[in-house]
Amino acid sequence: MKTICFYFQLHQAMRLKRYRFFEIGTDHYYYDDYANEAQIRRLSDNCYLPANAMLLEMIKNSNGKFKVSFSLSGTILEQLEQHAPEVIDSFKALADTGSVEFLAETYAHSLASVYDETEFRLQVKKHSNKIETLFGVKPAVFRNTGLIYSDEIGQTINQMGYNGVITEGAKQVLGWKSPNYLYAHPYCPKLKIMPRNTKLSDDINFRFSDWSWDQFPLTADKYINWIAKTPDDEQLFTIAMGYDALGEINRRESGIFEFFKALPYQAMLNKIAFATPSQVVTERKTTDVMLSHEPISWVDDEKDLSAWTGNDLQNEALQKLYAESERVRLSKDRALLYDWLNLQNSDHFFYMCTKHFTSGKSAHHSPYDSPYEAFMNYMNVLSDFLQRVEEQFPSNIDNDELNPLLETINNQEKKIVMLEKQIKKLKKLTPPAS
Amino acid sequence: MKALMFGWEFPPHILGGLGTASYGLTKGMALQPDMQITFVIPKPHGDEDQSFLKIVGACNVPIVWKDVSWEHVDYRIGRQMHPDEFFHYRNNIRYDFRRIGTNELGCVDFSGRYPNNLLEEISNYEAVASVIAHAGNYDIIHSHDWLTYPAGIFAKQITGKPLIIHVHATDFDRSRGNVNPEVYYIEKRGMDAADHIITVSNLTRNIVIEKYHQHPAKVTTVHNAVSPLEGADEFTKTKRKDKIVTFLGRITMQKGPEYFVEAAHRVLEKTQGVRFVMAGSGDMMNQMIHLAAKRNIADKFHFTGFLRGRQVHEMLAESDVYIMPSVSEPFGISPLEAMQVGTPTIVSKQSGCAEILNNAIKIDYWDIDAMADAIYSIVKYPAMYKNLREQGRDEVNRITWEAAGLRVRAIYDKVMSY
Repeated sequence: MKTICFYFQLHQAMRLKRYRFFEIGTDHYYYDDYANEAQIRRLSDNCYLPANAMLLEMIKNSNGKFKVSFSLSGTILEQLEQHAPEVIDSFKALADTGSVEFLAETYAHSLASVYDETEFRLQVKKHSNKIETLFGVKPAVFRNTGLIYSDEIGQTINQMGYNGVITEGAKQVLGWKSPNYLYAHPYCPKLKIMPRNTKLSDDINFRFSDWSWDQFPLTADKYINWIAKTPDDEQLFTIAMGYDALGEINRRESGIFEFFKALPYQAMLNKIAFATPSQVVTERKTTDVMLSHEPISWVDDEKDLSAWTGNDLQNEALQKLYAESERVRLSKDRALLYDWLNLQNSDHFFYMCTKHFTSGKSAHHSPYDSPYEAFMNYMNVLSDFLQRVEEQFPSNIDNDELNPLLETINNQEKKIVMLEKQIKKLKKLTPPAS
Repeated sequence: MKALMFGWEFPPHILGGLGTASYGLTKGMALQPDMQITFVIPKPHGDEDQSFLKIVGACNVPIVWKDVSWEHVDYRIGRQMHPDEFFHYRNNIRYDFRRIGTNELGCVDFSGRYPNNLLEEISNYEAVASVIAHAGNYDIIHSHDWLTYPAGIFAKQITGKPLIIHVHATDFDRSRGNVNPEVYYIEKRGMDAADHIITVSNLTRNIVIEKYHQHPAKVTTVHNAVSPLEGADEFTKTKRKDKIVTFLGRITMQKGPEYFVEAAHRVLEKTQGVRFVMAGSGDMMNQMIHLAAKRNIADKFHFTGFLRGRQVHEMLAESDVYIMPSVSEPFGISPLEAMQVGTPTIVSKQSGCAEILNNAIKIDYWDIDAMADAIYSIVKYPAMYKNLREQGRDEVNRITWEAAGLRVRAIYDKVMSY
């Protein structure tokens, strides 16, 4: 039976306020509260609330046969808790139906998977805990920021206990192979890979309200027919997009909600089922291995990291940021750690992308006039942040000295336990002096 | 297609951006195989590059019939114009211009600059235009900048050929809004008489539409470009301890020099190792020296005086940042020149060139904080410098006069089909 696996992404970066260099060292608050709140409110009203209500209704009407999955970054969860708590409640209602799954990702929607493995593991754990606290279930399937994936990342997440991952069905790794199968990791056979069907996803996300598209208007029966007409052995259709495709990129007036409402019935007529990613991963078998030496992602036509790390600006910012990660993690200062996470939002680096100048595409949703402005502002903020780190951990202690210190601190509990055991042992061995 | 162009300056003897733009545009247009350009300027020096167009000096065209011998003409102006051509023009004098003071050849001695009796020169230039219009057979008339509009109008009235007005600047740019009514009158009359108006930026286009009440359909923007700089790699940057931030241009109200001084003050309050250079001269220079002293930054703020020719490129190449904080700049070619030698550039959003540049920082001219921030970023963050330097150079090398010339040609074709 053909199966559709829907997955929606929710993330909004903490936007930085206009931060001039003369504020470095004096002002330690970096966020544009007004813009952030306005953004969250707008998305909640246009997209999250009506779309959640619609999905809840669809699940109920189909007796739980309609299934979807979400990935919410820690950053947006914090913002929703602050500015739109009713959205969290509506997600809880969805979670209670049992037909909705929440996926694991990095807490800060960061690029840590590429730059800093320790940070990556910490963030995934932090995110998993957050999801469990809010929705009562621990995520079982992983998806990375921008669906970034490589063999190495796959290995890491497999070691962390995840058996499934969603990534892009990128041409450079799949080649002639179809994305409509379940694949396996080349040397961690337990890890199953679900490649996203790029065409079917973009049909909804980017082309649904595009009048110049030759398939416009897209209807549910047309869409389901495309899936039904695929060869019989192509069974799995992973369709993933940002949640703002419902109501924001495609406005309510475009009929996007009606399109979704009609999907379950059309699917039923064509004997197509819906599933959550963990169902897919546990119930289905892999057909082949998928090799990905270089990281892939779901962004632009290149489907690689170039949107975040394609120019000198981005590389400098990222290197400066992650060079200090060990020191930051030493800190117990809550404000510092909060800023640390927010400064890792991948969006900040995305805004610095200059390749859209030549490709003619506008920089996506950038609050800045140009990539250079994005860089200036970010670097000023980062300079202030690094000064604060420096105040806590002066750089005259270099990393070679710091490492043993770090180790001692990190291992002290284990060591104490070990020493206590030894003491006990010794006490037993030597009878108390009478 | 034969085009008759009226201009005021032509390299190498130029006073402002008009000459550079005239040269670039005509050179770009000359690449079209069927294009013949006759370019009239008040006073040629004889060393102009005439390989791709014909230069006619208005000071060599007789407007009053004088009985002179072939030999005498050859002796007087032979280096710039063939005597036969002179006599051909003399045969085409149709009006009585004896009220105008002329020399023994019957020609006007133009200064070719911007003298105090500029309005008189403009009207004498108009008289010359009538002789040239009668003497030749042209398909289109193209007037560069307001000084030549009356000449263009007269030529159009005589020949009945379409007139293109090329607006390189308006008096609103030069005066920050306090326009000279006589200049405005000349500009307005030119635009009203034109069959089509070309502006060098959308900024100027808007001024032409709003302040001169022209129909938007009649006004088209053709952005300027920059001629490839020969030996751009020869200009090198000396290693210095301090970073150099440069303002280069006339030190006058239109260019916003005071904002540069204030931004310098902002930067120096917080940072060490940056020096500021104000290159050029102008009516506000002394005022700026005073301001720098008042802000107590005179030890880090330097004046070079007027720079010419190669010195300009050398100064630009030695700089770490180039700033043009113009209050109102129709186009502004110098940021492009700075980018050619790989200098990161900051331009005001009120400059026409900001419309076509991606790899430059754009700020509002009054936003001293943003300007200071941009300077700080470029001198402190190496990636910023490197990216602006490399991508800026690539970008500016893609902006060609040939493309601009083709757009002008399209306008010619359009007005000629009316």
